[in-house]
Amino acid sequence: MTITIAAPAPASLAAPRVPPDRILLLLAPAVAILIFLFLVPLVLFFVRSFTEFDGTTADFIDQAWDLLLSQAFLTALATTNWIALIVTATVLLVSYPIAYYLTTGTGSGVRIVLLSIVLPYFTSIIVRTFSWMVLLGEHGLVNDTLLAAGVIAGPLPLMYNRLGVLIGMSYVLLPYMVLTLYAAMRAIDPSLLRAAAGLGASGFYTFRRVYFPLSLHGVLSGAMIVYILSIGFFITPALMGGQHDVMIAMLIDRSLEVAVDWPAAALMSLVLLLVTLALYAVYYRLTDIRRLIGAR
Amino acid sequence: MRRWPTQLLRLYIAAMCVLLLAPIAIVVVLAFSGDGYLRFPPTSLSLQWFARFFGSLQWQRALLSSLIIGAIACVVSTATGFFAAYAFLRSEFRGKKLLLSLLLMPIVVPSIITAIAMYYLAGRLGLIGSYLWLGLSHAVIAMPIVLLILLSSLHAVDPNLERAALGLGAGRVRVFCRVVLPIALPGVLSAALFAFLASFDELLISLFLAGVHTQTLPVRIWNSLNLQVEPTIAAVSAFLIGVTTLILIAEAVLRRQIEQRRRRAPA
Repeated sequence: MTITIAAPAPASLAAPRVPPDRILLLLAPAVAILIFLFLVPLVLFFVRSFTEFDGTTADFIDQAWDLLLSQAFLTALATTNWIALIVTATVLLVSYPIAYYLTTGTGSGVRIVLLSIVLPYFTSIIVRTFSWMVLLGEHGLVNDTLLAAGVIAGPLPLMYNRLGVLIGMSYVLLPYMVLTLYAAMRAIDPSLLRAAAGLGASGFYTFRRVYFPLSLHGVLSGAMIVYILSIGFFITPALMGGQHDVMIAMLIDRSLEVAVDWPAAALMSLVLLLVTLALYAVYYRLTDIRRLIGAR
Repeated sequence: MRRWPTQLLRLYIAAMCVLLLAPIAIVVVLAFSGDGYLRFPPTSLSLQWFARFFGSLQWQRALLSSLIIGAIACVVSTATGFFAAYAFLRSEFRGKKLLLSLLLMPIVVPSIITAIAMYYLAGRLGLIGSYLWLGLSHAVIAMPIVLLILLSSLHAVDPNLERAALGLGAGRVRVFCRVVLPIALPGVLSAALFAFLASFDELLISLFLAGVHTQTLPVRIWNSLNLQVEPTIAAVSAFLIGVTTLILIAEAVLRRQIEQRRRRAPA
């Protein structure tokens, strides 16, 4: 279950080792970019935002507690967690049969399904969000169709509320789940299923007692990555949500755009970052992150 | 006996494919609308929104910004990511896994935090609105993707070829340039394409780091969606979808080459 990064060659054929000083040289540019353009900005943002606070340390701690226990922050925390959980569950339920079909199906069907996963996956998030705004608006396609069919009397509120956020985010995050599940399911040995069938198990029994338990690993890592990505989501909820759907990322953005309050933005960012990194650490131990690109 | 669950699954899969592709297809159709506002289905077809997109100086500038920044991010992240991926595959050292997880961190850190932190530093350094700085910042986001793709495709490079070249007296640099690079080329190109796409589609970092003149296409779409939705953005969206589609097709061709090379290499 743990990652092997080196090529899986037997010892006698082991890759020619590159001398350590060359390794350092090869790694240096990538590490430099990571440090100077990613880690340094992050650290500076936190350290400087906190040190620029006017007042004593005691004042700072007081205000920090006030902020972290404020109604706005706690509500956003709860909203974020709730939305992330529902999105994760929705995406999991929708994706499982798709991934199952991808591993068991053959021919052009599989290619079409892969296309319908991969094309949205690599389309800009802002474009995908816009496309759902076209569909779900008050005069959007869904409402127009339902009105024309006489199913509803007036337009349904499908957007600028929680429902819109859930639909939009689920659409954006679905490919991550499908690809993760797909990678896990491909690793399931088909001879186990044949053995179960040969021993007289029904199709459903084989699925329940053999296939599903073996796929649980993928379910867990898929759920984790979708949850991790959900809690930091900004674009889709900001465009499709209503006033009651303020997630943490939006609160952080507002504290800068509206209040220009760097310490507050930094503090909330720190909470979000720590939660994300803690979950990432668990995820990284649990799974092979290369599954995100559908590789085994 | 197993008929109807299979049929049911097929039906479900077909419905999902429609649901997944429909939003994208609808935007593409809307882009060709002849109507004065966004309405589906359009009553007539025309190229007016594309004409407005490519004819507007502001949109042209945004397209140019996106291309310049994407090119910088693509070159920088592919080059550095390629060296790093090669080092990862050809060495064992302590903390290797930790280093890899650090290099992949930009994928999971919420982009709003990354964007604000980069904005903070760029503001201090007076680099807001700099193409180069924005391109380099995008390289941070693109590098994990390059690494993930290359770690998987560089397996196609048979270590024995390198050993043979070394044994025949070629230097390490020569082996790298004349043996490793040509064999790895399809994978590198495919990584470069996705790196470009990652930058081309990126919104939040651009939103914070772009000045007035370096606004990228996604930033302008965002502004339009927040203020007043102009129908031109359907055409811009269709253009972005077209770029994505082209890159996916190119990648499929490259992937076939990688598979062929892998088949030739001994397991």
